[in-house]
Order: sequence, then structure tokens, then C-alpha cells
Amino acid sequence: MRTKTDTAAIERFKARAAEEGLLDVVYATADSPFGPLLLARTKRGLVRVGLPNQDADELLVDLAARVSPRVVEAPGELDEVRRELDLYFEGKLDSFDLPLDWRLSGGFRQRVLRAINRIPYGQTRSYTEMARKAGNERAVRAAGTACGSNPIPLVVPCHRVLRTGGALGGYGGGLPMKEGLLQLEGVLDESPAS
Amino acid sequence: MTALPPFQTVLDDHAGAVMAILHGAVGREGVEDCFQETFLAALRAYPKLGDDSNLRGWLLTIAHRKAIDHHRARGRNPVPVAEPAEVAAEDGIPERDEALWAAVGGLPPKQRAAVALRYGSDLPHSEIAAALGCSPEAARRSLHEGLKRLRKELA
Repeated sequence: MRTKTDTAAIERFKARAAEEGLLDVVYATADSPFGPLLLARTKRGLVRVGLPNQDADELLVDLAARVSPRVVEAPGELDEVRRELDLYFEGKLDSFDLPLDWRLSGGFRQRVLRAINRIPYGQTRSYTEMARKAGNERAVRAAGTACGSNPIPLVVPCHRVLRTGGALGGYGGGLPMKEGLLQLEGVLDESPAS
Repeated sequence: MTALPPFQTVLDDHAGAVMAILHGAVGREGVEDCFQETFLAALRAYPKLGDDSNLRGWLLTIAHRKAIDHHRARGRNPVPVAEPAEVAAEDGIPERDEALWAAVGGLPPKQRAAVALRYGSDLPHSEIAAALGCSPEAARRSLHEGLKRLRKELA
């Protein structure tokens, strides 16, 4: 059980920890048309977006292990991320202007994700094209894996990558969400996919 | 090496216990400052903490040190301990007795902490020992000495 005094004291502690630069990873949850999202950022930028079908607690444990155990909930620190995502879901934003922290992806995967990050709103590319852009046209399967392990989905728009020929391929948040995002961006018709 | 849990988990699980202990140890006007200092020190040290098997004991140890710092900074001497959260009516100690808690505040630091942790926060000897950084036997002794002294003073 937590009293009001406790909550206020915890908030003041977090404010002081932020002033001292002790908050290595701050996170918050946000609503979306597809369900709750987990948003986490470091001092460098947005580092993780958890989709509604992913276990937020597991993602936080993973961040503690891979980035820093100084992981603290601080909704105010994610206001700008939440604001841009809200606009995106309302169809009023076609390009995110957020600093990104790429440290959870290395090497070829990071090159694939950086290439994906340049696909414009409302357009799609194939896994093959992404493999080529990342410097190895034959590594199509690895490019697919890079999409599947994208730590910053939505903002790094892996939903815009399709199979050659136009089949949807896969999506970490589930295929209905990928369809929904492509409909939002006007790539797919609103009619239910067969 | 087991990975440490996100620090938020430590806050969620133990903020209440730290608050209760500090309340017993430094009283109402000191509790907020000591709480901040405790968790700031904990967060600073957290990534280097090798062993997460007794996070509660680790935090209580820090809280105890911060309470002692607080008393030293204020020149020590009998410190009024305002309204401890709850006091078990064991060992002849009545509930909510201002004179009693003032006397607790006048005990030497280890005895005071042992009494506050036992009766203010209802901790078992093993956890009092962890909080004080001593053996359970030494914790029991501090508690015993503290109670003996209280009985004499309040008789």
C-alpha cells in the first residue's frame, strides 16, 4: 500500500535523480489504436518501443541487462515521443523527428534498420532492396531477421518492408497490426484482407 | 552473474519499507530528506551491486546510515520520533506512546535502530542484522540492550 506522501517523495527522488544524470533508461506506457505501447529512451534517444503483444516486463528486464539496470519509470521524460506517436496515429504526422539510440542492434542488422528508417511514409520496399542497401544483396533472410528484431518499431518503419511481389511478410506486432499501419498510411485499402 | 532487475522494481518493492523504517528512526521532519538520500545513494551504487539476493537488506543498510548522518548533522541528542507507523504491543511496549518514542530517540544509534526496525517496522532479527550490517546475534543483543535501557528510563 502506498500513501500520497510516499508517491510525492518518489516523484521528488526521480526529479533529483534526473538532475544528477542517474536515469540511464526512462520509460513510460502510451495508448495506441492497437493497444498499449512501451516507450523507453536513453540520454541518446529512443531505444525501445514495445508493441501491444510484447511483454513489457520482459522488455524492461532485457533493457536492464543490455543497457543499464538504472531503469526508471518517468512518463514526463517521454512526452515528446508520445506526442509524435499520437499525431502519427491520427494521420497528421508523416515523419518522426526523434533522436534514436541504435545500440541494441549491431553490424548488418543496424545497417538494415538505418536503411528502413529512410523509407518514406506511405511507401514500401522489399526485403531484397533492404539487403542491398545494407551492403549485401544476397542476405535477404538476414534482412528479414533484422526487421523482425527491430527494437524501435513504428518509428523505424519496418512495417513498410514487404516480400518481393507484395505479400505482407511478417511483423513483430502481428500481421493485423502491419495491415492496420499500411492502411493508415494509405498503402492498403481499408477493406479486410483476404 | 545474474542480471539486476530494473531499478523501478526495487522502488516498487521496497520504498514503503524504507519509508517506514526512516519514519521510526528519524521522525516526520527528517523522513523525506533521508528517503531521497537513501534512494539516490542506492541508484548511484546500483549498477555495481554484485549480488541482488538481498536488495531489501542492502537498502535498509543505506537507510540506516542516512538516518545516522541525519542525527549527526542535527547534533544528535534526544530526537523526538513523531508518530511511528505502528507499534506492536509486545514486551510490555504500549501503542503510540510519545514519551516512549522520545526515549527511543535518545538511545545510542545501534540500539535505537534495532528497536525502530523491530517495533516500528516489524522486521525479524535476520533482517535487522542485514540492515545494521551485523550478525543476527549482535542485532538481538542491541535490541535487548535497547529495551533494557528503555524499561529503566520509563520505569
